Amino acid sequence: MLTVLLLMVLICGSTGGEIAISHGAKKTGEPERMRPRELLVFIGRVMSNGWFLLGIPLMAASFFALLILFSWHPLSFVIPISALSYVVGALGAKYILKEEVNVARWAGVVLVCAGVALVALG
Amino acid sequence: MASEKRLRIKTLIMVLAMVVSAVVGDLLLKRGMSEAGAVQFTGHGLAQALEHMATSGMIWLGICFLLGFMTTQMTVMSWADYSYVMPAGAFGYALQTFLAVVVLHEAVSAKRWIGVALICVGVVLVGQTKPRTTEAAQQVAEKAVASC
Repeated sequence: MLTVLLLMVLICGSTGGEIAISHGAKKTGEPERMRPRELLVFIGRVMSNGWFLLGIPLMAASFFALLILFSWHPLSFVIPISALSYVVGALGAKYILKEEVNVARWAGVVLVCAGVALVALG
Repeated sequence: MASEKRLRIKTLIMVLAMVVSAVVGDLLLKRGMSEAGAVQFTGHGLAQALEHMATSGMIWLGICFLLGFMTTQMTVMSWADYSYVMPAGAFGYALQTFLAVVVLHEAVSAKRWIGVALICVGVVLVGQTKPRTTEAAQQVAEKAVASC
């Protein structure tokens, strides 16, 4: 039961954190030029964004769940299940970020998810 | 049309930079930590590991690459879809496998090669789609100004 709960924290925490950071980065707007100074200013702006500050604890919770799961179960169990985060991430992108996830993108996401699981099992 | 092509090229370059930074960073951290040997979970063992981490050039270089990964990821996500960047970033698993064979001369199982092939096909499929399907922050701001 605790394992299922931690797997949910792992998957939802990492995707939720990335979705929040992605939303924050989009709200900030892209850097005008790819120069070190502009990039530093951009990173500073993203880091002071509320969405980024929400994303960090979510990703931290996911990281600690991963560490605990690694101490309880083998890598070949944890990583294939965590690959589900690609599917959960695509669902989050569609319903929270309102991105257009078409058939080709869904097929790609499912193949990547299966591929990551196989790489971990191999 | 030309701007969409430009956006696609810009996104793919940034995703590639993101993947390479993450893979090289992980490889350097792995090498750096291997130099220290297995970390002992005792007060003395953890203190020794921390001292090694703080003084190892390999680990600092690895951290620099991982900071590069973070910067490129945030930058690319400021204009591209999360559902585009996230699966495309899985190309790192394929790159790691190639590096394991070419650099570390590791044996790779058939199951892992099939996984790498699935990831590559998945990344190509995602790569065919539009990198951005939502409005950019700049366009939203311009619309808001126009409506005022």
